[in-house]
Amino acid sequence: MSMQPTGAKDQVARLLTLVPFLHARGAVRLEDAAHALGVPAEQVLADLNVLLMCGLPGGYPDDLIDVDLDALEEPGGDGVIRITNADYLARPLRLTPTEATAIIVALRALRGSAGEETREIVDRALGKLEAAAAHGTGTVQIDPGDTPGGPDVVRLEADLRQAAARHRQVRLSYYVPSRDEQSERVVDPRGIVTAHGFTYLDAWCHSAEAPRLFRLDRIAQATVLDSPIESDPEPPRDLGKDGFFPQSPETTLATIELDPAARWVVEYYPVHAVRRRRGGRLEVDLVVANERWLERLLLRLAPHARVLSPASYAESYAAAARDALSLYG
Amino acid sequence: MSSTTGRKSERLLNLLIMLLVQRHYVSKDRIREILYPDASTDAFEKMFERDKEELRSLGVPIEVGNMDAYFDDEPGYRVRADRLALPDIALTPDEAAVIGLATRVWQHARLADATTEAVRKLTALGVEVDESALDIAEPRLSADEPSFDVFWEATQERTPVEFDYRRPGAPRTTTRHLQPWGVVRYSGRWYVVGLDTDRGEERVFRLSRVEGEARKKGAPGSYDVPPGTDVRATAVRLAPAPSSGEAVLLVRRDAGIALRADAVSVEHDVSGPDTRTPWDRVRISRGGTGVADELLGYGAAVYVESPVELRAEVVSRLQAIVAGAEVAS
Repeated sequence: MSMQPTGAKDQVARLLTLVPFLHARGAVRLEDAAHALGVPAEQVLADLNVLLMCGLPGGYPDDLIDVDLDALEEPGGDGVIRITNADYLARPLRLTPTEATAIIVALRALRGSAGEETREIVDRALGKLEAAAAHGTGTVQIDPGDTPGGPDVVRLEADLRQAAARHRQVRLSYYVPSRDEQSERVVDPRGIVTAHGFTYLDAWCHSAEAPRLFRLDRIAQATVLDSPIESDPEPPRDLGKDGFFPQSPETTLATIELDPAARWVVEYYPVHAVRRRRGGRLEVDLVVANERWLERLLLRLAPHARVLSPASYAESYAAAARDALSLYG
Repeated sequence: MSSTTGRKSERLLNLLIMLLVQRHYVSKDRIREILYPDASTDAFEKMFERDKEELRSLGVPIEVGNMDAYFDDEPGYRVRADRLALPDIALTPDEAAVIGLATRVWQHARLADATTEAVRKLTALGVEVDESALDIAEPRLSADEPSFDVFWEATQERTPVEFDYRRPGAPRTTTRHLQPWGVVRYSGRWYVVGLDTDRGEERVFRLSRVEGEARKKGAPGSYDVPPGTDVRATAVRLAPAPSSGEAVLLVRRDAGIALRADAVSVEHDVSGPDTRTPWDRVRISRGGTGVADELLGYGAAVYVESPVELRAEVVSRLQAIVAGAEVAS
């Protein structure tokens, strides 16, 4: 009969929050209580059916907690939850260490990205929560630091999320490192995703006529347009699952040999396969959508990376190095 | 929900109420008589142990003590109301709004749930959390590193951790032992700070370089964080210091957008190493090993004038690529 799998422990936790919730508010409708607890109304009703079997250990009928089920179950009932005889459960439980730390760290992150005015409000809220959590748990030694890019990037991210939710097009001014150029383009935003410590906008790009990821810290400017998106709405990619670049006819699989000093590449870029080689070296198959991107990466890694295949990439890489070297005479 | 779950919830809640409303410790016999009347001794012991454990994991502080002089060695149990309940937290509407925003910060399922649970408990105190009242953009806090949860828990419980770590450039991992003091995010990446017990010194580790599962090794509370430890300051102190310095470059017209963006100065139309394009002299303020990587990435679009060490490094790394290509072909 249950809406979701839920154990006795969860049910008890819910009741220990529900009773004080009702106590603090007086009359609450079943639907509103369910909404506040994040469960279906049927679940709250099942919880209340457990509650009325509980009470003082005397064993007399008067000892039990009373729940007015008629108001909830009868056709003429007003749907309002009424509980009596449960004054000893009138207060919610203390925050568990995980709950206290999770909310405090979330607030610290908010603080790190907030402007002056909000920062002051966050500090007040943090002070009260830290005081309430201080009993029993030590100081919270988890520090989320400032959001990379600061309040501007947070604002940008919020604007892009909203544009995606409202199906509005966005004009981006975006720095493309592989071509070393500032580009202008109109995109249909799909959502914000994170991977490897960076945050990206996933969007359908009308210049590329393909889905593209845009690193937020490389977006110089974003203007949300009034025009609705033209591509079919789609949820953003799950980068953990799908990887960065789904293989398409335009991508090439390149095989690269990496010395230990260049192994970090595996953490940052979409690798198709990794084979261990002698001396801590790795042989890596990389999905390459743009040869210039690979060339640039290899130059940065020089001389700790070599192209094994395709041969044309190895040649153009050596040519790029010769070209750069020729500047020095 | 099955009726067994319902019955178990009933028993857990009745146990809590029984221990809460009595002024003194309640004996095990009495608990058994009232709440586990039909259970054999073995079954009772097992169920009672598990029930206590489940209540404790919800944050119910069950205390064990001696009943009184009459029952010398028989333990009794109680829950003190003042230790069970969340203390009053009076939040102003703007503080409550900020706390509402906190529920949207975590991009980590378990911690997002813990934050929501914390907010529900605050709501049960009578606080009205209105998320729409504030017009600020909340940051998103992700923690994709697989070892994050273990270090988070270990930091809170003060449990030592063992893990396999790969230092940048190292051919293989080494097994490390750490008493974690805290977890810090820096430029979007998480680090753990603590006492490295193999080396007897404080150390910082990047979580993305931990390979495989991190393992808790030892009992909770088995060490103390040195008083006055500031985990962020420690992380910054132990992280390799970015060496600063100025570099003077010649950059082709229309290239090096990222270099120009934070340049100290740009001098246009200077004489360059070739005449394919016009050149600009760009002074940048940065040093360390990373700067050569960055400049190499530009290939023949950037020429290093000074310092000589940087210039020599770029030249020798380009020579290594060319030499490697000649051997191969």
